[in-house]
Amino acid sequence: MKNLLEIKDLKVTFPTDDGFVHAVDGVSLSVAPGETVAIVGESGSGKTVTSLSVIGLHNRKVTQITGSILVKDKDESLDIVSAPLDKIRSYRGRVVSMIFQDPMSSLHPYYKIGSQLAEAYLVHHPGKKEEANKKALEMLSLVGIPEPQVRAKEYPHQFSGGMRQRVMIAMALMNDPAVLIADEPTTALDVTVQAQILQLLKDLQKKLNMGILLITHDLGVVAQVADRVSVMYAGRIVEQGSIDDIFYLPHAPYTLGLLKSVPRIGAKSSERLKAIPGQPPSLINLPTGCAFAPRCEYISLAPAGSCESLKPELLGINGEHKSRCHVPEEKRDKLFAAEIKGART
Amino acid sequence: MPRFILRRAYFATLTILLVSIVVYGVFSILPFDPAALTCGQKCTPAIVEANRVKLGFDKPLWHQYWLFLSGIFLGRTYGAGSAEFTCPAPSFGYSFNENMCVTDMLAEALPVTINLAIGAFVIWITVGVGLGLLAAKFRGRYPDTISSVFVLLGTSLPTFVTGLFFLIYVTIKWKIVPLSLEGFVPITESPVKYLQYFILPWLTLAILYAAFYTRFTRATVLETLGEDYIRTARAKGLSEKVVLLKHTMRAVLAPITTSAGLDIAGLIGGAIITESIFNLAGLGRMTIQAVYEFDLSVVVATTILAASVVITMNLIVDIAYGYLDPRVRMK
Amino acid sequence: MSSPLLSVRNLQKYFPTSRNVGFRKEKLQVKAVDGISFDLMKGETLGLVGESGCGKTTAGRTILKLIEPTAGEIVFDSKDITKLRPGLMTPLRAQMQIIFQDPFSALNPRQTVGKIIAAPFEIQKVTPEGGVKKEVAALMERVGLNPEHYNRYPHEFSGGQRQRIGIARAIALKPKLIVADEPVSALDVSIQAQVINLIDDLQKADGISIVFIAHDLSVVQHISDRVAVMYLGKIMEIAKTEDLFSTPHHPYTTALLSAVPQPDPRSERTRERIILKGDLPSPINPPAGCVFNTRCWKVQEICRSKTPELLTVGKSQVACHFPE
Repeated sequence: MKNLLEIKDLKVTFPTDDGFVHAVDGVSLSVAPGETVAIVGESGSGKTVTSLSVIGLHNRKVTQITGSILVKDKDESLDIVSAPLDKIRSYRGRVVSMIFQDPMSSLHPYYKIGSQLAEAYLVHHPGKKEEANKKALEMLSLVGIPEPQVRAKEYPHQFSGGMRQRVMIAMALMNDPAVLIADEPTTALDVTVQAQILQLLKDLQKKLNMGILLITHDLGVVAQVADRVSVMYAGRIVEQGSIDDIFYLPHAPYTLGLLKSVPRIGAKSSERLKAIPGQPPSLINLPTGCAFAPRCEYISLAPAGSCESLKPELLGINGEHKSRCHVPEEKRDKLFAAEIKGART
Repeated sequence: MPRFILRRAYFATLTILLVSIVVYGVFSILPFDPAALTCGQKCTPAIVEANRVKLGFDKPLWHQYWLFLSGIFLGRTYGAGSAEFTCPAPSFGYSFNENMCVTDMLAEALPVTINLAIGAFVIWITVGVGLGLLAAKFRGRYPDTISSVFVLLGTSLPTFVTGLFFLIYVTIKWKIVPLSLEGFVPITESPVKYLQYFILPWLTLAILYAAFYTRFTRATVLETLGEDYIRTARAKGLSEKVVLLKHTMRAVLAPITTSAGLDIAGLIGGAIITESIFNLAGLGRMTIQAVYEFDLSVVVATTILAASVVITMNLIVDIAYGYLDPRVRMK
Repeated sequence: MSSPLLSVRNLQKYFPTSRNVGFRKEKLQVKAVDGISFDLMKGETLGLVGESGCGKTTAGRTILKLIEPTAGEIVFDSKDITKLRPGLMTPLRAQMQIIFQDPFSALNPRQTVGKIIAAPFEIQKVTPEGGVKKEVAALMERVGLNPEHYNRYPHEFSGGQRQRIGIARAIALKPKLIVADEPVSALDVSIQAQVINLIDDLQKADGISIVFIAHDLSVVQHISDRVAVMYLGKIMEIAKTEDLFSTPHHPYTTALLSAVPQPDPRSERTRERIILKGDLPSPINPPAGCVFNTRCWKVQEICRSKTPELLTVGKSQVACHFPE
């Protein structure tokens, strides 16, 4: 398989006191070498649950996971969903690494940075202490931390927010993973620091030819770094395509709604924002039919009654660009393109 | 780091000094005449007066305190002329009831109490932390249930109940552990007799403390397991064993060390009830007897000693915490 | 020209802190707000932007006297309230309200929504026409909530709805000034637009002046009439919104604008981005001269020694020795 990561029909369900939460309801996507795939969604969309599934961090005794997640490690590949835990652990940090949102709480406060980095290497190359320490210093340098030998002996609280995220990135890359999952990596950072970190990720990707799966809610970040995008809503992908497809030719009402409602610098500020009415649905009692129907303004364009009763399939006229909607694609094509032009001027 | 230690040591010394002044002052303004307490029934005013001069109670308060303080470093001489006797340095006073220098009494009692405290500590920390870890790891399953029953019992039963239970049933009725009539025997002389002397008092204390530590460890471990850096550790590919024993325990270590240090200090100050029940010749029993007999010098000395142990232990624990939690060091 | 509703001059707020040096404690100051000045007219929205540590939240709270200023002057509705004691501030507080950032912690979880919104009336001992209950229902409708839910508790509402409750509470007494401290930062993107529109509508209907504190420049541009950019406790640039965003004069403003990613891939691919080097200096020990000198690409000797004044450059006010 040429893709580094292939998720096929992933479904994740958690039992809770109030019922079963269908956090992820049939997600399929892939990440190729050197490419950045973004999953965009709001809270409750299922994007974080998806990312945690790739690295197998759910408690299997409690969570029901079906589908397949294939991760490629040179010549072999592993299905994370069905693999035994110890095999998954051998992939974690080595073939697929993850960085999280809050770098302060994600680093162990009581261990020096250098030893935390070295540990990431030693887990998969036991006994090679000298190599691990050397690699740790190299990686710190690579992510732009000045005076690595000095800083390796320091503790997380001695670093600033941006530096800590660089350390997290260094730690994630200690074993040259094929795929890096970045879950909201810059949400907790200032905008000027965010720019630094995103630039760093792009540079590293070029150097190491790794695939990046970026989880975010920020459309600006997506526009800056992603090659392909999957937009998630209520546990399903509602639109999937290249970055230009999503931003200039959106085919899902939700995508269009998001793009219209986000304030943009340079847009006429005298106009009201075109907000999406209502709220995201409960994941326990999903509505029958399309999950976005209660908030959608294009129901009248679809065959009568279909939006409320039937869940739309993820389809696309041209290969890669797919979307979920009962309104015929040709109708959406013209209408949405016009609306998007209006939003951008 | 050394600056950190020096600062703390400086303040600890100052505190001990202050405590000694306060304790000495409190006991000196008690509404009865210390000289009158020095002799029993055959007292005459003349003897009382003689004792008053001998023990220095006729001098002004600050002079008495000064003699007490300097006695710690230089030894102290009581009386005059032929009746003169000296308690060599370090002198904490003289017990009229026992006819001994308090220091000698402390030298006999202290080893017993220290052995009691340390032995109980080893048992309670192993059981407490171990059980707490198991309860956290197998949360909701039977190790957790067993440990919560243990915690409930251990924290509800006072030491005099457990102690008396052991004494009455285990020693006297069922004769599992023989009554030790010889008193304290150091482990180097006879391990068997040493164990006979301490095993039940150790268990009495350990049950109580282990229960607290089990609950505390379980809660702290569960809290730590929810932290983001534990998620990162798993994301690196570490096994659950390493995540639990290395990363989690490392974070739990700091608060446990603080508690443990202070608990040991408290015990050294005098596990009065336990020592009394099992008739251990330790500081606790010494203190309570001195209270009954109004032997002020002993009470003053043991109070100051207990306070000093607590203050010193506080210092040690603070320093240890500085090693265990690097975020604290930077201040 | 009518007089401004709010006039702030050289406002300072220093927080005392200490550090252990040997056996003594060294007294230090965190210079959270270090001399800011601006005017706010009736019905105007002033956006206060900056990154973490710039002092915008502290400034917002100090203006409302929720924090006592260290120095400077605050004149509200022609009254100098700088040194006014808390007791005397109470009646004025009906005129100056705040909306908080975190909709989860800003509401008392043990009080019903009706009680929360009615609280301002109780505290100020004001009875609106038609009674408190009627007014609360009217307020709830105004902010887009169902008035029948007045007996529900905060945890029964979503984040966006909780923020609406906070807004209802803030406008209950018909204040002249509202400080909105990052009111949409904690909300989902699709909800942000709803709440921004709500604040916009309310302001236009009631002529409320708003100090809108945010770090998201896109939001600030949409809602503000004028914008002030803060860095390390000082104002770097202050100008009308269109002017600031189209022709920024301060290097920091330029860097900030260039760092904001926009949902437009083609422009993202091609545009020039200024990546600021270095880290934010500590507000305990801010750089001498211009506080931005450690990261500015235009820095010269004078920047390190002389603090620039806020002077007029084009249509904006800029504190820089070498404005663009």
